[in-house]
Amino acid sequence: MASAREARAGWLFVLPWVAGFLLLTAGPMLYSLFLSFTHYDLLKPARFAGMSNYREMLQDERAAKALWNTVFFTLLHVPLQIVLALGLASLLRRAGRSAGFFRTVLFLPTMTPPVALAALFLLLLNGQNGAINAMLGWFGFTGPQWTTDPAWIKPGLVLMSLWTAGSTAVLYLAALTRVPGERYEAARLDGASPWRQFWHVTLPGISGTVYFTLIVNTIASLQVFTEAYTMFFGARPSTPAEGDAALFYVIYLFQEAFGSLRMGYASALAWVLFLVIAAITALQVRLSRDYVHYEDRA
Amino acid sequence: MTRWLVALLLVAGCGGLGPSVADQPNTLTTMGFGLPDEHATARVKVFRDRRPEVDLRVNEGALDEQQFLSAVAADDPPDLVYADRRKLGGYAARGAVQDLGPCLRRHQVDLKVFREAAVRQVTYAGTVYGVPDFFSVRVLILNNPVLREAGVDPATLSTTDWQRLAETTAKLARTEDGRLRRIGFDPRVPEFVALWAKANGADLIGDEPHLDDPRVVEAVRYTTGLVRAQGGWAAFKAFRDTFDSFGANNEFVTGQVAAMAMDSWYVNTIAANSPDADVTVAPFTDRQGNPLTEAGGQAWAIPQGARHPELACEFIATMTAADTWVTAAKARRDALAEKGKPYSGTFTGNRAADEKIFSEVYDPRGIRVLEQGVRVLQSVQDKAFALPPNPAASDLVRSWESAVTRVLLGQQSPEESMAQARREADRAITRVGGR
Repeated sequence: MASAREARAGWLFVLPWVAGFLLLTAGPMLYSLFLSFTHYDLLKPARFAGMSNYREMLQDERAAKALWNTVFFTLLHVPLQIVLALGLASLLRRAGRSAGFFRTVLFLPTMTPPVALAALFLLLLNGQNGAINAMLGWFGFTGPQWTTDPAWIKPGLVLMSLWTAGSTAVLYLAALTRVPGERYEAARLDGASPWRQFWHVTLPGISGTVYFTLIVNTIASLQVFTEAYTMFFGARPSTPAEGDAALFYVIYLFQEAFGSLRMGYASALAWVLFLVIAAITALQVRLSRDYVHYEDRA
Repeated sequence: MTRWLVALLLVAGCGGLGPSVADQPNTLTTMGFGLPDEHATARVKVFRDRRPEVDLRVNEGALDEQQFLSAVAADDPPDLVYADRRKLGGYAARGAVQDLGPCLRRHQVDLKVFREAAVRQVTYAGTVYGVPDFFSVRVLILNNPVLREAGVDPATLSTTDWQRLAETTAKLARTEDGRLRRIGFDPRVPEFVALWAKANGADLIGDEPHLDDPRVVEAVRYTTGLVRAQGGWAAFKAFRDTFDSFGANNEFVTGQVAAMAMDSWYVNTIAANSPDADVTVAPFTDRQGNPLTEAGGQAWAIPQGARHPELACEFIATMTAADTWVTAAKARRDALAEKGKPYSGTFTGNRAADEKIFSEVYDPRGIRVLEQGVRVLQSVQDKAFALPPNPAASDLVRSWESAVTRVLLGQQSPEESMAQARREADRAITRVGGR
């Protein structure tokens, strides 16, 4: 009896979340799945269109461009973010008593609102008089036109995205402190170099956290929107001066939905993105079985 | 306790299902209109003084198209919408706004006193869907000291002779250490491509898109060539992004620009922020030397399903009447005078209002850029053209601006790019049922 009461209480406790999920997430998702098979412009009733939205995507050059831009950004951003964060976390671990101060300093950029960050980097990355090119100039390099040359726009955005590496670094720092010290001691006794210690002790020890950040950062990168939209689509939402170099998938989806009012096509774009993210995540989960080590499952 | 909680949740939940503000009697709700200065506040006061019993609710902020169309689709629209005139055709084609013909007749609003280009922008398939509000044009702004220093008489710089303009541009542009330091002439493409095409004798759109017309292609080749000759689009745009256009050290004061095509409102900006700037405002001209400009501005419209269309119509008639504009102009002039600033006049879609404003209220206070510039702006008001409203207006603008951008970036030739734009435009029009 007691367990039935507990079960009922449990359901009651989760009911607000379940209701919210069904009404505010699952419901709209299913509706957008329905819309993806229609032509709908908000004003006229939705017209059933079969698979035509999905077929159109196959021939849509801008959708392909947006997908490529997004994949390119993800392939650069995710590994760089992980490597930089890991480097910062390793340094923080050696910071001793001042670790708290540096941890705060590293985390502060994460608190910057994305729109403010975008506005700031428009100035920093300006090819004519931006601070980044000025610094490159000190070393004799002529910096590129980060914000106007299509070839350099995505690298510039990746550079900007590393601004928030501090949040990942803080997670890695927590993971590093949990790696048992005796393993390093044993490795040293066996004559392991610092690199081998990192590769065989540190990395397996924090692989669960690295795996978590890999999945979260991949999903976030595939949905990149705010900073790129603010920097390149704020003044002219439909046709930025830099062409389609910063046209990421979600920006294109947004343009189709709220610029061209093609809700059916935009819904199809959204579902394809959902499937791409699901497939990549599934692949990462599969690979994790061989490379991710959890202490409690050891 | 649980019962009370459930009851509270039910009451709170039902709150969103009750009648909206728009349903209340004697209430007017607007969307897309704000109250930034006396042009808005004084005109709203005129209406409020006439109809004190009406609860006018101004929803501040620029028009959010999606919010507006969603409100119409949900049968909960505002009573009035204030929108860019170029977008009104799309709303009309989608049935989102009402035919204003009967309303304007009842309120004896004579559209003949409004500027032709503005009326054309609010007329779709022979039916009037909006009433023009402000009116803007496009002109040339020349930096006199920079031109003179380069041996160019400002009076001779024009867009009539394209070959000569290209030579002058090359003479005026300055590059140091491989970096652009001064723009010789900024043609403002892709935004002004319709104006350049018109100057070359072609409309970008008519009954159908003419984006691949050889004259349009020639205009695209010419204007993008001007940019290419000044360091290329990447450097040109990056340099332009460094300008403090709305400050005292704007690009004319610093000498970063020698000449450019620009919207008329920028004359006010220069006068307000750098009244001593030595600039000349000149008309944009076609290749035969005739003054030519492109109209822009906003319009008032009544959404489909508005709860108080009659009241909304009265509001529009009041806001756009010549006397109301003059009242607003006086309020604006007085407010600026208190700050010791000049009043540069107000350009409206209502020709009768403009005549009164510039004869009775205009107060340039000896600022040369205004005294000279406003004369030019007045002289081109009726030379303005406007592209016809189109149900796929947003998509069409995107197709041609993207095409010009591709040429600017060197990704396509003008012929290829404009041909692609034509195909995209055709598809967009077919999609929205505009054919």
